[in-house]
Amino acid sequence: MEKGVVISGFGGQGVMLAGELLAETGKEEGKFVTFLPSYGPEMRGGTANCHVIISDEEIASPIIDHPEAAIILNLPSLDKYEPLMKEDGLIIINKSIVPKEVKRTDVKILQVKAQEVARDLGNEKTMNLILLAAYVEIEKPVSIEGLKKALRTFLTGRKETLIEVNEKAINKGIEIAREFLGVK
Amino acid sequence: MGEKILMKGSEAIAEAAIRAGAMAFYGYPITPQNETPEYFSRRMPELGRTYLQAESEVAAINMVYGAACTGTRVITTSSSPGISLMQEGFSYIANSDVPCVVVNAMRGGPGLGDIAPAQADYFQATKGGGHGDYHSIVLAPHTVQEQCDMMYDAFDLADKYRIMVVVLVDGLLGQMMEPVEFKDWADVKSYKTPDWATVGQGERSNRNIITSLEILPEDLEKMNLKLQEKYRTIEEIEVRFEEYKMDDAEYVITAFGTTARIAKTSVNMARKEGIRVGIIRPITLYPFPYAVIEKRVNQVKFFFDVEMNAGQMLEDVRLGVNGKKPVYFYGRLGGMVPTAEEIYTAFKKQIGG
Amino acid sequence: MKLIYKAPDTMTEKDTTYCPGCPHGIAHRLISESLEEMNLVKKTVIVWPVGCSVFGYYFIGTDAVEAAHGRACAMATGIKRVHPESFVMTYQGDGDLASIGIAETVHAAARGEKITTIFINNGNYGMTGGQMAPTTLIGQVTTTTPYGRKPEANGFPMHVPEMLATLDGPAYVARAALDSPQHIIQAKKFIQKAFSAQAKRLGFSIVELVSTCPTNWKMTPVESMERARKEVLPVFPIGEFRVIKGVE
Repeated sequence: MEKGVVISGFGGQGVMLAGELLAETGKEEGKFVTFLPSYGPEMRGGTANCHVIISDEEIASPIIDHPEAAIILNLPSLDKYEPLMKEDGLIIINKSIVPKEVKRTDVKILQVKAQEVARDLGNEKTMNLILLAAYVEIEKPVSIEGLKKALRTFLTGRKETLIEVNEKAINKGIEIAREFLGVK
Repeated sequence: MGEKILMKGSEAIAEAAIRAGAMAFYGYPITPQNETPEYFSRRMPELGRTYLQAESEVAAINMVYGAACTGTRVITTSSSPGISLMQEGFSYIANSDVPCVVVNAMRGGPGLGDIAPAQADYFQATKGGGHGDYHSIVLAPHTVQEQCDMMYDAFDLADKYRIMVVVLVDGLLGQMMEPVEFKDWADVKSYKTPDWATVGQGERSNRNIITSLEILPEDLEKMNLKLQEKYRTIEEIEVRFEEYKMDDAEYVITAFGTTARIAKTSVNMARKEGIRVGIIRPITLYPFPYAVIEKRVNQVKFFFDVEMNAGQMLEDVRLGVNGKKPVYFYGRLGGMVPTAEEIYTAFKKQIGG
Repeated sequence: MKLIYKAPDTMTEKDTTYCPGCPHGIAHRLISESLEEMNLVKKTVIVWPVGCSVFGYYFIGTDAVEAAHGRACAMATGIKRVHPESFVMTYQGDGDLASIGIAETVHAAARGEKITTIFINNGNYGMTGGQMAPTTLIGQVTTTTPYGRKPEANGFPMHVPEMLATLDGPAYVARAALDSPQHIIQAKKFIQKAFSAQAKRLGFSIVELVSTCPTNWKMTPVESMERARKEVLPVFPIGEFRVIKGVE
């Protein structure tokens, strides 16, 4: 098993945190993981992105040329990654600020009004976790339990108060994913 | 060995150096490796070790030189333009037979260039860089874990041969996070001041002088011959390389560091299509593993060298191949990182695919 | 026979490479005597420069390293920071310290490195054949100022102790001269104060020694001493420019 995902958006949307959390979860579950933040020319064009790979075997290139999955948080990221997606790949889109429709017909698309959903949960900033959890539930690179456990190691000290709302966000992401998969 | 920690390459390398016994760090800020000195600046005082931000790279390497003369495990880290400024010091260190470790997180050049990952300092690192006939041992890790393990080797080799060891990395390896497991802490309490160190004569019967100066040509030649003798020993016993899927390979890709890692994915793509290609990855760039290249010459149809430069290690590959097989090249310049697919496509062109 | 004069034990038997009448020998003697009198010899590492005194380690018998041109203060910093119990000093000329090595000098002083610098000012680059130095006087003829140093072309002489005295890092900053017995006795006192500043870990210490260069000045030793007195000292006056509490 080797699963890779690109998470891409504006700085401040929690792109890196989501990627790091996923990588940390993979590590805790004994997997090989790589987390590569935007580098070189990638840093231009209004996107901050990271490539996360989780694998049972040693990972060769940490760079994802053609994502099999992408979590897209803003419009420039969609423009950038839509053409690069693997056939049959999964694009999870933050519909709140990406109203544009995906032109490609050979990819799976999950659109979520993530910001609104997060706001309803009580903290708009958790939208990255809603989408990350949806990805994890669909692609299963790591377990949801592992993700929740890793979350607790990230939110310590003063941030401890944020655990509850973030766990809610994860649960919401699972719900959305199950709906998408047609599972009850 | 302890637990695995998810760490950024540029911080993990500092932690590994500290655990490997780095007692002093002298350096000067430069992107894309500022996390490394910043990490040292937090950790070294905690451990009662030395951290000093110098006024320039020129000063930094001469501080390293000074500390090295006392036989203390000392390190500096920088990136290409800063490393250029340090070349004078490297040359002096070489002809003084003192040990130190230098990390170069290579970025795009020449000149101010950019801050993106590159491998264009291969010549500078492996062929000397400063003036005079000298070499430094050059290590090129390709994962965060390997980079951490290598810091122990770097200090050990430096002490063993009283030589400068360069660890050649790039911004990509520095920025990425991977789980790392650190080796045990070096027993720094057991470190003794070597008998050649210049720390004041004390109880010693002789005084110590460390100098790269020898004004009489016949004596300087002798000094040089001793250096060369040291390099021959290193070339004989310290060569390291990795062979990846080479057993049945009909073609070989040569690459080091980050590029080798990306090329492994290219090899896996090719193998899925039934193309038998492997990788020879030099781990020591000096001493270069010419012997393994020679060994594989008859087995393979051609060599395909990939680098993030205009073809620098290529020259060493050619020396190893010695005209017996074609050597092709694919490189990206100025901080551009090749994708695995790109390498595969370029490679396939050579087999007529 | 009663011994009334001898070289300090710390000075080696080796003949120096200095020209006849060159005050480097005097400076070496003052340093050796001071190290001995202050019981520092066995703890000492001297960082030697590039210049006429590049072979200094042949003449003063302590542990020694040979720095690259101008880098002595950086190298001394590197040693002292990891070996604070060593007594670390640099010995530098004006080209080495005030030109190519001014950054290393100023920053070592600003950081208050617990090292001592003995700075020989002879107004030119002696070893390379008498070129202009940062300390060359206005009007002075050197091989690279054949018409005399002109401010509009070559700028002005640099007053290193006066500059360093503006910093908070140095514990002791002074200038002495080697042109007469009285001045030499005073120079030794200044050197010992500088050494004590380091021994007491008070901060950076430096003594500039106004020297001469009979060969490149194309003068006899006596004439060169007279020139130092009449022409150089008015521009580079003797004095203590910064003495913090505790320096003796």
